[in-house]
Amino acid sequence: MGHLATPMVASATVPDALTFAVSALAVLLGALGVVISRNPVHSALALVVTLFGVAVLFVEQQAHFLAAVQVIVYAGAIVVLFLFVIMLLGVDRRENIAAEPLKAQRPLAILLGLAVLAEVLVLARVQWVTGASSVAGIASGPGSNVSKLASSVFTTYLLPFEVTSVLLVIAVVGAVVLARRTPRGPAAKGEDARSAPGAGGDQARRGDPGEQDQSRQPEEEPVT
Amino acid sequence: MFMCIELMLNAANLTFVTFARALNDIGGQSLVFFVLVVAAAEVVVGLGIIVAIYRRRADTNADDFHILKG
Repeated sequence: MGHLATPMVASATVPDALTFAVSALAVLLGALGVVISRNPVHSALALVVTLFGVAVLFVEQQAHFLAAVQVIVYAGAIVVLFLFVIMLLGVDRRENIAAEPLKAQRPLAILLGLAVLAEVLVLARVQWVTGASSVAGIASGPGSNVSKLASSVFTTYLLPFEVTSVLLVIAVVGAVVLARRTPRGPAAKGEDARSAPGAGGDQARRGDPGEQDQSRQPEEEPVT
Repeated sequence: MFMCIELMLNAANLTFVTFARALNDIGGQSLVFFVLVVAAAEVVVGLGIIVAIYRRRADTNADDFHILKG
C-alpha cells in the first residue's frame, strides 16, 4: 500500500534559478509591503503580489493545479473579499503604527521571529524528514498533476474532503448569520413604522456604514 | 492582521508543496488543498465577525477588543 518515497534529484537549470529568484523576491517584497503599509488597501495589493509569487513557485515545484487554485481562490476571491470589507468599513484612513496599546507585543514578536529563524537554520543542518514511506502516492512520473492529486484526494483522503465540505457549509451559514441584522419584536415594529423618517435621520447622523435599505428595521441601539 | 494570517498560511503551503516534490509524495499537495479550503472558510467567518463588530463600534484595531473579555 505504501510506496517508498524516493527523493527526486533536482537539476537546477538557469531558468529555474532565475524564476525562483524573481518570484522569491516578489514574495518577500509583497510580505514586507503587507506588514509595513499604512494604508490597508496597499496591504491588500501587496498581498496579491505575494500570492502571485507563491503561485509561480508552486508551478516551479510541479504543483500546477495548486498554482491555478491559489490564483483563483486566494488572489481572486479572498483578497477581493478583503477589499470589499475594507471599502465597506471605510478603514482606509492611515493608521498610526507608532502607537501600540500592548507594549510587549513588538519586542516579543521580534524575539519569536528570531527564534523561529534560528530553529530553521539549525534544523537545516540536521535531518529534515523522518524517512517514512509515502502513504498517498508518488508525485512524479507519467500522468498529469491534476489526476494524481485527484486520485489522492478522492481515495486516500476522502474523509477530510467530506469534512471540509461540511466546514464550507458551516462557514457559509455562519457568514449569513453574522451579516444579518436581528429583527425586532412586533411592538417595536409598530413604533418604528410610525417614526420611520425620524429613524432614517437617526441613521444618517449615526453614520451607519452600510445600511441603505430604509424599509428594514433600523439598527439596534448601542449597548450602554 | 488578517492578511498576516494569510501570509503564514501561504508560507506553510509553500513548505508543503516543496516537500511534496522533494519526497516524491502527492500527499503534501493534497494537504495544501485542504489548508486552502480551511483558510478560505476562516477568512469568510473572520471578516463576518469584523463586520459585525464594526457595526457596534467604529474601530477595527484588534488590541481594543478586550470588551469581549468575560
